[in-house]
Amino acid sequence: MSESLFDQLGGEAAVDAAVDIFYRKVLADTTINRFFDNTNMEEQAGKQKAFLTMAFGGPNNYNGTDMRQAHAKFVKMGLDDSHFDAVAGHLADTLKELDVPQDLIDQVGVIAESTRNDVLGR
Amino acid sequence: MAEHRIQLGEQLISCKTDETLLNALLRENVNISYGCQQGVCQSCMMRSLDSPPPSESQHGLTDKLKEQSYFLACRCYPQQAMRIGYRDHTDFVTYGTVSVKQNLNAETILLTLDIDNPFEYYAGQFVNLQRDDGLVRSYSIANNSINRKQLSFHIRRLAGGRFTEWAHEELKLGDRLSVSEPQGLCYYQSGKSEQPLLLIGTGSGLAPLAGIISEALHQGHQGEIHLYHGSRDINGLYWVEEMQQLADTHENFHYSPCVSQGEPASSMLAGRANDLAFKTLSDLKGWRVFLCGHPDMVNNSKRQAYLNGVSLADIYADAFHVASGSLD
Ligand SMILES: Cc1cc2nc3c(=O)[nH]c(=O)nc-3n(C[C@H](O)[C@H](O)[C@H](O)COP(=O)(O)OP(=O)(O)OC[C@H]3O[C@@H](n4cnc5c(N)ncnc54)[C@H](O)[C@@H]3O)c2cc1C
Ligand code: HEM
Ligand code: FES
Repeated sequence: MSESLFDQLGGEAAVDAAVDIFYRKVLADTTINRFFDNTNMEEQAGKQKAFLTMAFGGPNNYNGTDMRQAHAKFVKMGLDDSHFDAVAGHLADTLKELDVPQDLIDQVGVIAESTRNDVLGR
Repeated sequence: MAEHRIQLGEQLISCKTDETLLNALLRENVNISYGCQQGVCQSCMMRSLDSPPPSESQHGLTDKLKEQSYFLACRCYPQQAMRIGYRDHTDFVTYGTVSVKQNLNAETILLTLDIDNPFEYYAGQFVNLQRDDGLVRSYSIANNSINRKQLSFHIRRLAGGRFTEWAHEELKLGDRLSVSEPQGLCYYQSGKSEQPLLLIGTGSGLAPLAGIISEALHQGHQGEIHLYHGSRDINGLYWVEEMQQLADTHENFHYSPCVSQGEPASSMLAGRANDLAFKTLSDLKGWRVFLCGHPDMVNNSKRQAYLNGVSLADIYADAFHVASGSLD
């Protein structure tokens, strides 16, 4: 049996390493950081961990409806494809910084892409 | 609109899905103490007797309190019917007698209470003070934790503010106030004595920072300590000479008073304290940061500190949320 994507990436330890880099990129990006305003930073960092675990193909309890609900208020604020692409870009850049092999980065990209319509409420 | 039934002792209250449990209780004239209505002061703590309370209503509580299903009514949007109870102990643990009341500037007083039964606390924590009619407000302890018999506070007057106008005008030497247990996680812990510290405060946000600085210097903190104290104009600053003197006598302590509008005096900087601090200290990797005062300043600075390299675990903050007056 081949190792899962999550395990190949390094499991929870990889998520911990990635969350700091990823979250800093998101907060510093003025095209999307307004969606991350006015929230509790510690909680938000926790949610970014949930996001990364999911994108890494790890164990999570989210389904499509949850993704719709979690992002519904941001869709109302104008969340669209450009923002989605920006987040997906930060995700790939984070993994590059961590020297993750390109074929694994591509697989993460596919998982993220599969949530696009739910995240954007379509 | 959906509603949930809340049982408190013999009383049944219905709570709408878009209102907090605290608002529902106040609407029904239930006698419950509260202060900030922002989940900070913890004076509205209650206990769920049947189901686990919504997790966001437990934010900031200790693990022990969480396990016992305590929660904050002002942060609780019930998801189902609940049976709830008052918390079984009061958090007002002692009384204090006013022994000093002085003007720090035109809008801020220094208030010192002699404490009946001194308790342990960390410099930077806050307590809730209660007037005899039950009005509760949070104030940060402005002294270090070495002399526990006296607690000092810096109370800034807000126009129309119930507690502060009373404290400024009517409270007098010899008056007594109830004092809660020390609270909050924005405090100085000894250890990591070489770690550099950045402290940013606006207005009476200097109070906890002054306590932390005094504690750190007393404990022989080795790392650099940078204080930025900001206000709109010169009149909102205070302790300028005292802090300057401290900087003159301690090589590792640096003090920057900042004024965001109008002409600063010669020894002061022009601009917002947080902007100036983060511009000057752009690489904060490995630093410990303390932020106190205006909620907007605190929230923006948390983010900027993080972006400048501080790890989240090293950011300590108390936003001085002001209770909203919309209820009465
Ligand atoms: C953790 C923490 C620490 C704190 N530490 C300090 C400290 O060290 N020093 C300090 O000075 N403060 C501190 N505060 C703030 C303090 O707790 C009080 O919120 C503040 O002093 C105002 O209290 P008040 O009763 O005077 O004002 P409130 O009566 O609560 O009124 C607050 C504001 O609302 C306005 N208002 C009142 N009623 C109405 C109405 N009906 N309609 C519209 N507006 C209204 C008032 O004009 C006032 O501006 C802290 C807060 C927290 C949460
Ligand atoms: C790539 C696809 C995405 C996935 C898989 C994803 C996943 C998640 C998950 C799992 C959560 C936590 C939900 C919860 O527990 O409440 C979350 C929250 C959030 N997401 Fe996404 N997300 C994606 C894209 C985006 C985009 C494009 C934005 C905006 C630019 C965004 C902004 C947010 C915000 C602001 C939160 C809430 C944080 C908080 O409440 O503090 N997400 N996301
Ligand atoms: S925590 Fe609820 S009123 Fe302050």
